[in-house]
Amino acid sequence: MSSKLLRKTASYGIFWIAVAAAGMSIDNSYYLQVLTFIGIHSILALGLNMLMGYAGQISLGHAAFYGLGAYTTAIMTVHYDLSPWLALPCAICLVILVAFIVGLPTLKLSGYYLGMGTLGFGMIVHIIFREWTSVTGGASGYVGIPPLELGAFSFSSSRNYFYLVWCTVLISIVLCQRLIDSRIGRALRSIHDSEHASKAVGVNTRNLKLQVFMLSAALAGVAGFLYAHFVSFISPGTFDFIVSIRIVTMVVIGGMASIWGALLGASLLTLLPEWLHAFSDFEMIVYGLILMLVMIILPQGLTRGILDIYERSHKKYFK
Amino acid sequence: MQEALQYVFSGITNGAIYAAIAVGFSLLYNSTELINFAHGEFVMLGALILVTLWNIFKLPLPLAFFITVFTVSGMGLLFERLAIRTVSKPHPIVLVIITVGASIFFRGIGMLLWGKDSYSVPSFSDHAPITIFGASLLPQSLWILVIVGISVCALHFFFKKTLTGKAMQACAINKRAARLSGIHSEKMVLLAFFLSTGMGAVAGIIIAPITMCSYNMGTMLGLKGFCAAMLGGLGSLWGSLIGGFLLGIVEALGVGFFSSSLKDAIAFLLLLLILYMRPGGIMRVKEVKRF
Repeated sequence: MSSKLLRKTASYGIFWIAVAAAGMSIDNSYYLQVLTFIGIHSILALGLNMLMGYAGQISLGHAAFYGLGAYTTAIMTVHYDLSPWLALPCAICLVILVAFIVGLPTLKLSGYYLGMGTLGFGMIVHIIFREWTSVTGGASGYVGIPPLELGAFSFSSSRNYFYLVWCTVLISIVLCQRLIDSRIGRALRSIHDSEHASKAVGVNTRNLKLQVFMLSAALAGVAGFLYAHFVSFISPGTFDFIVSIRIVTMVVIGGMASIWGALLGASLLTLLPEWLHAFSDFEMIVYGLILMLVMIILPQGLTRGILDIYERSHKKYFK
Repeated sequence: MQEALQYVFSGITNGAIYAAIAVGFSLLYNSTELINFAHGEFVMLGALILVTLWNIFKLPLPLAFFITVFTVSGMGLLFERLAIRTVSKPHPIVLVIITVGASIFFRGIGMLLWGKDSYSVPSFSDHAPITIFGASLLPQSLWILVIVGISVCALHFFFKKTLTGKAMQACAINKRAARLSGIHSEKMVLLAFFLSTGMGAVAGIIIAPITMCSYNMGTMLGLKGFCAAMLGGLGSLWGSLIGGFLLGIVEALGVGFFSSSLKDAIAFLLLLLILYMRPGGIMRVKEVKRF
């Protein structure tokens, strides 16, 4: 047990050193920007991973929560000229409230029906962003979202923002890890394996599913907040159905029920489009092919798949 | 009154197309318990291949129709053999991601072959619109209804009267039992893919004259078809038909009486309503499996 704890602490340490080293050594603002996006996507994937990987409930509408976080802070800071630090708790509260209202009837469904229910919700929220012009700015969105500041310290440089985002990622990782290792985490995994069985041993599955849905929505809301203040411009296109699917893909490609898998999936799917720009017209074809091939060859996701290959070769050569 | 009738006509036209797409989803779900997120792209391919064969190569329409359907079905078969069957331990969500990948892939192919332009084709026949109680019905709408009607009746006949169709249904009910009585279940899955993508191509062909065809028309059509299949009851042939028409008519009335910008919102609101009140769909089907 203590060796497990030691390994966990060590992995946080290595992670933190890697982030600090990247922040200090990289001077190219484009790379810092890409790394910041990886951080934001990691928060999204971590949140969805709690819901999909651990509790076994699918959501095809997570971009709605991402968007709600971004739009709340945009409206409060641009329209009402309030401080972003006031907007953050408001955004989180709103997202949690919406997740509660939507989750209450939707989480009774399962399988494709749950997928379609959340997809429908995501679509409706996206249409609201696009059509409710007086509040959301319509198709042209919001411009001039102010950068974050803490007293005299400004996060407007890409290096400072990079640190801010990755600190949030680290906090989210610790939060998720602690939750998974607790009694709640075990209950969640029992829902994943069999909802009836976990009900039979006294887990309140309805409440637990709702709570993990709200947690995962809250993380998406935080990601939306970070996105809005980083890019300083938001439009409905950033929060549509395709984005919801992309978050699910991050979780599945990385490997479900694995925190580092979510991180890996988010990095891969953020970097892939950047690399594929070279293919210009063939970009979509190559992207689709890679997605299919990874899933055909490693249906358990990258982390589990690579571990399997490692263990197999270990057995073969060291026995 | 006249206005409402006009909306209903356009709703029935769209509804027939949604129904054709929904039937494709249901067919596949029945025999493989798989939702093919690339289904909309097969609709797109159907429409664009027809545009090429009919308008550019000047083939006669019936010939172009059949060549298109068989080309797209052939692609569906290839897709099943190369991408779906090769997965070793298929978890439903993994298969979903593979079909999402396929949908991006096919959209890429569409963009490469046809570019980013929109194409349109003339109506199947050049009769004048028919006027009923002051509302006009386009001849193309009749074509759509007739073609969807014939395909669905043919499918019904196939499932009820032919040995192969009964074997497919047996596979859908219980794969192992079907296998024990000597049915080649893998062939049946292949056949399901053939029929499902074929229906997708038919939907694409009949929608071509009333919309602008481009490489990205498939996604929304696919989602609407999925929506219709869920409304009616996933896996049920007649349920898909009902779901499609219901979706089309409600959407058309919503657009007519409220606002056209809310068109897609209405479809999904209807879906959420049905999911909350009657999760199995209108024609309630067997309890669905969870992931």
